[in-house]
Amino acid sequence: MSAQDPAETRTDDIKAVPVRHPGRWLAAAIVLVILVAIANSMATNKRFGWSIVGQFLFDGRVTSGVLVTIELTLAAQALGIVLGVLLAVMRLSPNPLIASASWIYVWFFRGTPVIVQLIFWYVGIAALYPTINLGIPFGPQFIHIDSNTAITGFVAIVLALGLNEGAYMSEIVRAGIISVDEGQNEAALSLGMTRLQTMRRIVLPQAMRVIIPPTGNEGISMLKTTALAIVAAGTELFSATTNISNVNYQIIPLLIVASLWYLALTSVLYVGQYYLERYYARGSSRELPPTPLQRIRRGVFSVRHDALAMGGIADVSRPHA
Amino acid sequence: MPAPMLKAEGVHKRFGRLEVLCGITLEVGRGEVMCIIGPSGSGKSTFLRAINHLEKINSGRLWVDGELVGYVQRGDKLHELPDKLVAERRAEIGMVFQRFNLFPHKTALENVIEAPRLVRGATKSQAIEEATALLARVGLGDKLASYPSQLSGGQQQRVAIARALAMKPKLMLFDEPTSALDPELVGDVLDVMRGLAADGMTMVVVTHEIGFAREVADKLVFMDGGAIVEAGDPREVLANPQHERTKLFLSKVL
Repeated sequence: MSAQDPAETRTDDIKAVPVRHPGRWLAAAIVLVILVAIANSMATNKRFGWSIVGQFLFDGRVTSGVLVTIELTLAAQALGIVLGVLLAVMRLSPNPLIASASWIYVWFFRGTPVIVQLIFWYVGIAALYPTINLGIPFGPQFIHIDSNTAITGFVAIVLALGLNEGAYMSEIVRAGIISVDEGQNEAALSLGMTRLQTMRRIVLPQAMRVIIPPTGNEGISMLKTTALAIVAAGTELFSATTNISNVNYQIIPLLIVASLWYLALTSVLYVGQYYLERYYARGSSRELPPTPLQRIRRGVFSVRHDALAMGGIADVSRPHA
Repeated sequence: MPAPMLKAEGVHKRFGRLEVLCGITLEVGRGEVMCIIGPSGSGKSTFLRAINHLEKINSGRLWVDGELVGYVQRGDKLHELPDKLVAERRAEIGMVFQRFNLFPHKTALENVIEAPRLVRGATKSQAIEEATALLARVGLGDKLASYPSQLSGGQQQRVAIARALAMKPKLMLFDEPTSALDPELVGDVLDVMRGLAADGMTMVVVTHEIGFAREVADKLVFMDGGAIVEAGDPREVLANPQHERTKLFLSKVL
């Protein structure tokens, strides 16, 4: 340390003149012009048919289609997640037969287009197996189900999207599981937990931090992929708007109606993912930033903006080590 | 005379071609503290992990409290123990790791009550009561709600000790418990371990803390190359080592 006269050491806050960025200002101006041009053309071009969009946005057929889309997404994604966890655990099994069964499943369902799988479930299963029998393999059968009545369009699309999703989810879950430190396994086992208890209580909750973000991605992708139900006599959002435009020929406005709803639904998923990620980040070394709601509340109650910033810094508790 | 708490007879362990343990034979009596020292790669940790069957040994026998580790003998044949029984035996043996291995998604209190609740089926209120007492005993009564990331290394290791003690083990294994700690945090952890030894806990401690070994251990074992080079009363072994390798090692660490 060089010796310095304490009287010369200034302790007041630095207020320096910031560097100007004319290039940035120019780029921002260009972006603004483009945005205004797009907005203007969308507002003035009559062929967008905004009045028809408004007319059908909350049409009963559309809103019930929205409900079916939500149901399909939840059912197929839930099936995908359950299958994904199962397949990931199977893939990590010490038994080679179980591990390779999981590998073959993933190979098959990732290797064929989902629309092919969907049509296969919708028409193929009933053609191959007119009745579905449940019972002991190679032994007596107890329950007989007619395939055509069992596999409705709804069931077909849940099966197709869910089974396909299971393959992708299994890779995500597997990545999450192997991201957890081996020491966690050893600590849990040494406390007398069984492998299953260790997986359920120790490994999977920690794997969630890695699993959630790509799963949110998958959920958003799933929401939009339900539009494929249009090939299986679907009643979800896209089929509903298409059915309407098939009658009134207002194709563009109804595509816009569908798009607006899809955007609204994916936005809801964003919020859900944000809070899920926060929940599973508890105990991580990083201090969680406040949620938008917390930020608004703090903003209302704090008198001055810089008082808020100071409080924010003081709040952060640092590890001692 | 009751069986010793730990007995090892000709324990061998190979990783592929590499012989990590070549014939470990030793005994730890009830209430005794054994410290194992030796250079890294000498098989100390592997031996410790074999005691609760985290590593399967290739030959020899290990007994904890008179029961064979990992196997059951019927006639002259050994049968592997089912996972559930292995887990039950492990629950009786506490283990503390070099890198703590606390559950990062759980608070200090949740770390300690997890296994008693899950494995022993303790009620929540009872588990919390006992865990609170244990954490107070290791000097962390005010850190119940802290996550591991908010604790220092020394504090984390003491939570890890409390977590192991919550299962009321009859034997405690310590795998270099202070090696990952800043020097000024080592003392707190060693103090907790001294207290345990004074309370009569049977302990096997792999350590580089020669002072601790001299002061607390009833037996000292020096291992090198997967074998026991020298064993005996710690004061004697440390003051008057008989083997060249022991002398060389001690001259480096003392």
